[in-house]
Amino acid sequence: MTTPSATAPPEPLDAAERPRKLGLLSLLRGVVGSWGAALALGYLVVIALLAIFAPLVTAITGNDPYSFNNAALDPNLGGLPKGALGGISAEHWLGVEPQNGRDIFARIVYGARSSFLIALSATAITVVLGTTLGMIAGFVGGKVDTVISRLMDLLLAFPSLIFMIALISALPDVNRHLMLIIVLSLFGWPYIARVIRGQTMSLARREFTEAAIASGASRTRVVFSEILPNLAGTIIVLATLAVPGYIGTEAGLSFLGIGLVAPAPSWGQMIWSAVSWFTQDPMYFIIPGAFLTLTVLSFMVVGDRLQLLIDPRSGGR
Amino acid sequence: MIWFLLRRLGFALFTLLVVVLLTYWIFFALSPDPAAQICGQNCTPDRIAQIRTTLELDRPFFPRFFEFAGGIFAGRTIGSGPTAVYCSAPCLGYSFQSGQNVTDMIVSRLPVTLSLAIGSLVLWVIAGTIGGVISAVFRGSWWDKAAMTAALAGIALPNYFVALLLQYVIVVKLQWLPFPLNDPSISDPQSWFFSYLLPWIVLALMYSATFARLTRANMVDTLGENYIRTARAKGLPERLVIGKHALRPALTPLVTIVGLDFAMLLGGALITESVFGLQGVGKLARDAIGTNDQPVIMGVTLLAATAVVLMNIVVDLLYAVLDPRVRVAAR
Repeated sequence: MTTPSATAPPEPLDAAERPRKLGLLSLLRGVVGSWGAALALGYLVVIALLAIFAPLVTAITGNDPYSFNNAALDPNLGGLPKGALGGISAEHWLGVEPQNGRDIFARIVYGARSSFLIALSATAITVVLGTTLGMIAGFVGGKVDTVISRLMDLLLAFPSLIFMIALISALPDVNRHLMLIIVLSLFGWPYIARVIRGQTMSLARREFTEAAIASGASRTRVVFSEILPNLAGTIIVLATLAVPGYIGTEAGLSFLGIGLVAPAPSWGQMIWSAVSWFTQDPMYFIIPGAFLTLTVLSFMVVGDRLQLLIDPRSGGR
Repeated sequence: MIWFLLRRLGFALFTLLVVVLLTYWIFFALSPDPAAQICGQNCTPDRIAQIRTTLELDRPFFPRFFEFAGGIFAGRTIGSGPTAVYCSAPCLGYSFQSGQNVTDMIVSRLPVTLSLAIGSLVLWVIAGTIGGVISAVFRGSWWDKAAMTAALAGIALPNYFVALLLQYVIVVKLQWLPFPLNDPSISDPQSWFFSYLLPWIVLALMYSATFARLTRANMVDTLGENYIRTARAKGLPERLVIGKHALRPALTPLVTIVGLDFAMLLGGALITESVFGLQGVGKLARDAIGTNDQPVIMGVTLLAATAVVLMNIVVDLLYAVLDPRVRVAAR
């Protein structure tokens, strides 16, 4: 690494490196401009609406996610759903669970609710924490930077999945939603802070920042009106790409039996319950698996597209 | 270089110590009482007190912690009087459930996990490199688009879902493979190979997808360098331009990724082993979670942390060997 001296001419990449300023509306237009990203965004909007209006949606179908429906099961087949494809019918849109006959559509909708709630809360916390600490480390430097950077190294060197498991299994009685949000945030913020720190360091050395400092702006002012606006694009991209990671981890932990536990509906936990039925009733794992995969994929596609729009260098290579 | 290495080792030891301390603290201070759990339903307060003494749950935190940490390096004697047992280093204590030595339990499960991990490592590096390099060289081609779409899907698919899907399609429906065995033995190479094939593919899928994306990005960057243009300008055949000039600088940074991903593999193995019922360390941890067998969970956590921390150092050293510029900077 070479450190540019104060008199060095601006590097040729500077213009491209500085994120383009884009309004929310033009970003949205950009996302919809690619059919893949438009499809992904459409899917996410549908799932989000289902999640928000879960009680209303399940009232329409007439099935809640908890009650058992023995009528939909075939006792002669050891409690497998009646009918083809895991009991898909006009009454149960996505079939029912074997053995207890709970409505899968209702559980998917409520599962989306938990999944989004946990992932979005963890994203909000990690973005705020990561941006704040990353900016402090990058802008203040010195000892503060050393302390924050070491803390990040420490957390990044942790085997986070195993540690989350240890933490949650040591505290089985704590509210699982809360616990998941806490562990996801605890191990998630360094990934955001690391990028923000690097960008802050390079922004702090730019002419416009130096000009602001030279003209007597306070440190707070420089941080909030010179550096933060230039980080906005990066933050949006990091946040969009963090969500699928958290959704996947929550589902994985629930699959392992240490996230949300039955009867609370969760996609990961549904797939785990389906393991013992997978040879006889494959729809039981295919439905939650497909919803989970499509949700993660859609967030990734939208995130990639946003990255391309905000920082054209990243994907246009 | 020595100084650099010592500093890295120091930080590694510090990280491990923090992991041990935190895990121990979580289980000691926060966890519900394992004595009540072991004792079961018809339990008397006397019996609980007795179990607490046997498990040494009634002693204060720090003496217990230092004994535990010391036991990892030097071994220790557990209990006192006629019931005392010597537990040789690295001592991780005894399972609350089965009373077995935790170190022995982990060691006996390691071959399965290592077979799983190494096999999928081979698969993922080969698939990831080939996929990424071809995509970069023929950028914009149908291969590039197909490979990168597949990679995106590979990252998005949760590995337990892929595991069930592959098992259902290949084993149940098409019957191309027999049902994977829980405890495959190498003495029957054919069934060993077929039992591990699906777990390898499942575990490799996600990693090779990330790897292919990174390989492609690095390769595209490298192919844009001036010296590649020079190599082409002086008339080198494309095969040599790519093979001799572009591959090494493009792949060197990926050594870090492979190393760290490999160290993190235990997390993925936990899920893969659970789905396929493989009796590895991951399955051990999952079962221990189910029964709140704290010494076992702690042992596996430590193993995972040690793997990550050691791999960090190995990767740094390897990187210094492969990339001369790092050697200079480290001095």
